[in-house]
Amino acid sequence: MSETAFPRHWRAPPLIANAWLRWGLVAGAALYLAAALATLEVNWLRLAEGVPRAIRFVAAFFPPDFASRWHEIHSGLTESLTMALTSTVVGIAISVPIGIGAARNVAPPWIYLSCRSIIAASRSFQEIIVAIVLVALVGFGPFAGFLTLSFATIGFLSKLLAEDIEDIEPASIEAVKSTGASFLQWLNYGIQPQVMPRLIGLSLYRLDINFRESAVIGIVGAGGIGATLNTAIDRYEFDSAAAVLLIIIAIVMLAEYSSSWIRRRVQ
Amino acid sequence: MLRLEGLTKRYRTGDLALDGVTLEVPAGQVMALIGPSGAGKSTLIRCVNRLVDPSAGRIFLGDIEITRLGHGELRLARQRMGMIFQEFALVERLTVMENVLSGQLGKVGFWRSYFRRFPGDAVAQAYAMLERVGLTEQANKRADALSGGQRQRVGIARALVQNPDILLVDEPTASLDPKTSRQIMRLLCELCAERGLAAVINIHDVQLAQLFVQRVVGLRAGRVVYDGAPENLNADVLTQIYGEEDWTATFGRKRVHGERDDAVEVDEERMAGLT
Amino acid sequence: MAATPAPDTPVWRRRAPRVEIARFAGWLALAAFTLYCFKVMTEDTMWVFLWDAHKQAADLGSRMFPPRWSYIHHLWYSLWETLNIATLGTLLAIAFGVPVAFLAARNTTPSRVFVRPVALFVIVSSRSINSLIWALLLVAIIGPGALAGIIAISLRSIGFIAKLLYEAIEEIDATQVEAISATGARPAQVLAYGIWPQILPAFAGISVFRWDINIRESTVLGLVGAGGIGLQLQASLNVLAWPQVTLIFIIILATVAVSEWVSAKVRHAFI
Repeated sequence: MSETAFPRHWRAPPLIANAWLRWGLVAGAALYLAAALATLEVNWLRLAEGVPRAIRFVAAFFPPDFASRWHEIHSGLTESLTMALTSTVVGIAISVPIGIGAARNVAPPWIYLSCRSIIAASRSFQEIIVAIVLVALVGFGPFAGFLTLSFATIGFLSKLLAEDIEDIEPASIEAVKSTGASFLQWLNYGIQPQVMPRLIGLSLYRLDINFRESAVIGIVGAGGIGATLNTAIDRYEFDSAAAVLLIIIAIVMLAEYSSSWIRRRVQ
Repeated sequence: MLRLEGLTKRYRTGDLALDGVTLEVPAGQVMALIGPSGAGKSTLIRCVNRLVDPSAGRIFLGDIEITRLGHGELRLARQRMGMIFQEFALVERLTVMENVLSGQLGKVGFWRSYFRRFPGDAVAQAYAMLERVGLTEQANKRADALSGGQRQRVGIARALVQNPDILLVDEPTASLDPKTSRQIMRLLCELCAERGLAAVINIHDVQLAQLFVQRVVGLRAGRVVYDGAPENLNADVLTQIYGEEDWTATFGRKRVHGERDDAVEVDEERMAGLT
Repeated sequence: MAATPAPDTPVWRRRAPRVEIARFAGWLALAAFTLYCFKVMTEDTMWVFLWDAHKQAADLGSRMFPPRWSYIHHLWYSLWETLNIATLGTLLAIAFGVPVAFLAARNTTPSRVFVRPVALFVIVSSRSINSLIWALLLVAIIGPGALAGIIAISLRSIGFIAKLLYEAIEEIDATQVEAISATGARPAQVLAYGIWPQILPAFAGISVFRWDINIRESTVLGLVGAGGIGLQLQASLNVLAWPQVTLIFIIILATVAVSEWVSAKVRHAFI
């Protein structure tokens, strides 16, 4: 080996080559953090008051109180579950034609564009805002929630369905088309078999989401278990609130396990 | 230098990968370990630095009994054993230099290594190693930008930066083309000679082994069935190691398929020693 | 759902008639059950309200437009607060979610029997409860304000970040990790050199993605008193100041669009 002196220092090449930009970003991030923390208004007195309440809340889980508000919990839960199922079914029924219409390889341009704008509209408004408007329109109660969740389902499912259809190999679609099949036959034979397993998987996933969301939109008056939870917390009945939370977690867990089980069987 | 006494490994699946292997590798000797897939070659190498924990038997590195060491002492012992892998096992998203320097991790504190502030000696040594394997130009490239032969050179540099006493080499050429395979084997053996290093090289290419090593050990179903000079390998010996085959026509070319590969089991156990 | 051929034409059947009938019965049962659920759900619905919904809509529309643009000066601070809730909440969630991910991943957890189930339970609980519900709880416990919002956002995001990250950790290449531990590195160094570089792109993608979702969610946290622009929304709704509500909706939409754009840019830079 030759006796050349090798460098004794080495620095890893930085992620951002331009030093000005790099330090600028670091300084900007630091400044932002400082400003954000400085403008954060914290009421320390109120916070100190919160400590015993937090302890009381955690203690409420041991054991939670299912009994004393059972009537409200039961009706809220029924509303949530029925709302989740019906809105998913109706949402799918509407999503399928819209999803097909929003697939570039199937639909003519004007249908494609209108379906895509429906999807964009549904995706850009969050559930809670849609719920506020719909409660104003059709009144308090689970029907407003049902409409909200159906609307949200459309944006979610149609978009994914359309993407799935666009991913189908053109050759297999052409093959069915070349037999002289009608449009419906073509959908039935060329498209449906290819997207069906994933559609079922997505529907189950959406059912799960709709249940979770049904617990939220109750806060603005659209029915469901969220309304029950809201009331319980407003009255500081932490042990009933704990019961509701545990029920939500249990149902979501159950939904997750069973939907992954069904998806495995379908695929 | 390295001594195995009755080394036995039985996996949780019940497969006996090593069955009472007794071996000694003196300092400075380059030894090839040959045998069919599933004979326990990978397991043997991984038992030596305890990436896989043996079920029975003892391993000595010099005077240290590897099989008895606790976590901290094992780390020190591992620094004395450089390991080179079949699929190179470079950290793909780190630079070549970081990969080479990672051979020094055992000697550097966590925060120093985290901020990449390695001691000057270590950096100079890493540069020297890169020059020796001909990769000085690539020091700041990411490992996944290199070709297979280049990656294996980085792997070798990483192992040598540890300043080990022995190299454990697991199928160094299995992912390489024939020409690169020879270059890598030559480089390995030259480096061992330069530094007086002992090496255990798992290899399935019998011809390649014969070209470069001083001693061949044949493993079959976890037992040593041949131990001798590479020149003495003949059709009978190969039949003994690999099973019946027309060795005159396909002398030492192919591994025999159909036996369970111990790589799968190694896979299951490899992460166990991590945490 | 399937387009059925006319009944009188003989058709080749994909499945045996019995299976066909069972499937049909299954769909029928689902439809019937859905109808039943719908009936149960709308038991107390006052349909009279629904019949004049189109009048209501027209009325609401006329009251909502035009938006009251001048009100925007009252919104800047809320918008800043919304951004802070989302960003600080995401940072907090990263700080807690990353360790939880390592405890939950099969290949890095210290104990599959004791620690992993606890980590998985933390993830499930955090994920099943929406940030608005967390906010509802926190406002009751520590009082209204942006701090409740930050904690609510982070409580919801811990599960999200930890779940996606632990899945990424379980998919890493084990030989790279093995190679680092074979050099005699400390466990912390194995983590920093063998594992972290492999999950870095996933980590960056997940964090930015969650930040984007958090911007969206933090715009409505104020509805339950947890700070941000939702507070103004709630105030305007309470006094039925619909032109202000419209303006707030527009601002929220714009914010969400910008955050989506930023997150797409950043994710692109990391891949």
